[in-house]
Amino acid sequence: MSATWIILGGSSAMARAFARALAARGDAVLLAGRDLDDLAATAADCRLRGAPMAEAVAFDARDPAGFAPILDRLAETEGEISAAVFTGSMPPQVEIDADPGLIDGVVADSFTGPARFLQALAPLIEARGRGAIVGLGSVAGDRGRLGNYVYGAAKAGFHTYLSGLRNRLGRSGAHVVTVKPGFVDTAMTWGLPGMFLVAAPDAVAQDILRAVRRRRNVIYTPGFWLLIMLIIRHVPEPIFKKMKI
Amino acid sequence: MRWKTADIAGWGRAIRARTELARPERRRDLAALALDGPAIGMRRSYGDAPLNGGGRAVDMTRLDRMLSFDAEAGLLEVEAGARIGEIAAAMAPRGWLPAVMPGTGFATVGGCIGMDVHGKNHHGAGSFGQHVAAFDLATPDGPRRITPEDAPDLFRATMGGLGQTGIVATATLRLKPAPSDVIMVTERRVEDFDEHLATLDAAEATYVVGWIDATARGRALGRGIVEEGETGRGLVPARGKARRVPVDAPGFALSAPVVRVFNEMYFRRVPASGRTLVKPIGDFFFPLDRIHDWNRLYGKRGFHQFQCVLPPDRGDELRAIVEAVATSGLASPLAVLKRMGPGRAGHLSFPAEGWTLAVDFPNRTAAAPLIRRLIGKTVEAGGRVYFAKDSLAEAGQIAAMYPELDDWRRIVAAADPDRRLVTDLVRRLDLRGAA
Repeated sequence: MSATWIILGGSSAMARAFARALAARGDAVLLAGRDLDDLAATAADCRLRGAPMAEAVAFDARDPAGFAPILDRLAETEGEISAAVFTGSMPPQVEIDADPGLIDGVVADSFTGPARFLQALAPLIEARGRGAIVGLGSVAGDRGRLGNYVYGAAKAGFHTYLSGLRNRLGRSGAHVVTVKPGFVDTAMTWGLPGMFLVAAPDAVAQDILRAVRRRRNVIYTPGFWLLIMLIIRHVPEPIFKKMKI
Repeated sequence: MRWKTADIAGWGRAIRARTELARPERRRDLAALALDGPAIGMRRSYGDAPLNGGGRAVDMTRLDRMLSFDAEAGLLEVEAGARIGEIAAAMAPRGWLPAVMPGTGFATVGGCIGMDVHGKNHHGAGSFGQHVAAFDLATPDGPRRITPEDAPDLFRATMGGLGQTGIVATATLRLKPAPSDVIMVTERRVEDFDEHLATLDAAEATYVVGWIDATARGRALGRGIVEEGETGRGLVPARGKARRVPVDAPGFALSAPVVRVFNEMYFRRVPASGRTLVKPIGDFFFPLDRIHDWNRLYGKRGFHQFQCVLPPDRGDELRAIVEAVATSGLASPLAVLKRMGPGRAGHLSFPAEGWTLAVDFPNRTAAAPLIRRLIGKTVEAGGRVYFAKDSLAEAGQIAAMYPELDDWRRIVAAADPDRRLVTDLVRRLDLRGAA
């Protein structure tokens, strides 16, 4: 029987590509986010590509009070429930420097909002005894860098949260995959200087599906980022603090 | 919306232009961009149609969703960046196909409208625009629906209108019901030019196309293989894995002797008695799509395609064009001959009743003068060249080839009075004129 996926941050290019890939293999998808008009279009597309059910639902990572209807809806769904988290926001560091209050939003979008949702969802997934949770982290979360360390810090928090959730859910038969994408060709990276080896969202979606199938714990996508980050993680701090990368 | 500066090219890669690009991912982003520049898609046009050197363009490839399907009427609404091949792949299992499909599945619906493309079934089905029931133009105030009933002039000016009437945001396509698990293809050798034309003329299949050996001369001039196809039900043979051309090929890869040997083998591949094959539909409609970036086979300098259509009674003039190509020794193996019907949807639509010939030429020094000569012969014979392929025609040649040019100019001048949607092709050929 096909699974039902709840996709948080369903308007992102990676989420859209992932939802389509799920639809093509016959899974149902709930696309959650703020732009319901956009999500409805993606839902229609998923239905035409083979999803038995695809709908848009309102979700704002900064408003946990609004999570309940989605969770109720999922509780009523039969069969396997899985979740994928694509939420996150990355205002330019200079804007954060000018207004430190922006940090709260970045942390809510990239870490605490989805964490609160997953925390409420976890008992449901445990009860079903199967299913997957895919959490989008970032290579930016592996090390704090000059250009985006607030975003990186939020993602690092999310990585650690996912690691713990994996430890917990593994006991029930469910599984958690942490995905760390490098540069992906999305609206967030479009036209930014210094982009290289930019991956297509479709390729990332296929990488994620494979990781779910193989019950991988942590993946970098594209895979070569594992090597890049292996090096970056091992640069000694006295040197790293002087680098501008 | 952030703008990205990039050097872009059409599929032929012979002409490049630095263009500022926006790439909206949501429809509400599009409204704000409606007047910033022309829309471009997958850039499968060969020449300068998708370029706006020194200016801006809106990359539509991320607005590529299928929005609704009315199975009673066969009406599919899609965003303009949706690719024909993906639509075919999603709809074929439901028993529907786009009524007209160009030779590559990577073409976007917006591009198919802007070029009023045709397919291997043009003799029966007409052009792409004849199967568009409606479309939405993006405007700063939101989408504006255009139908042939409510706005016949603007509708016609948009079909084949090179994006000059506005940015098409979504379109509703009339699909055709077709059992389409597979396609049955009959391939037959034709030994010379006359037999080639006669066979194409007599063919009754839904899909018909001729491959022409553009290196054959003398008695073998115009020889080739005529393919006739019908979609049907059956067990789908597995489609081979897509491959990619990783680097630009060296110049000798498509030199005259190599092409001659290749063409000889390609011709002999089909037994003299002909044969019938069952193929996955993609293999028949989009044969080259399995080789991603195949344009790199032409090397760094890229290539040109010449495509003309001549009236049905101009067989002798067509023979002269084929002869000029064959004796030049410049042609690549990619050469196609087809019988077209009268179907066309817009003022600047390419299709016309008669014979269409398309030939690729590696961009060597002698290629451009030869193609200019072929364009001259086309004009003399009362034919026209295809804007989706052209990069070498001249402004003075257009009015003779496209008699409705003045009507189109008037409508487009009203739709885009500030000329924000002009492209390099439109400038080169002065298509907008003084209107």
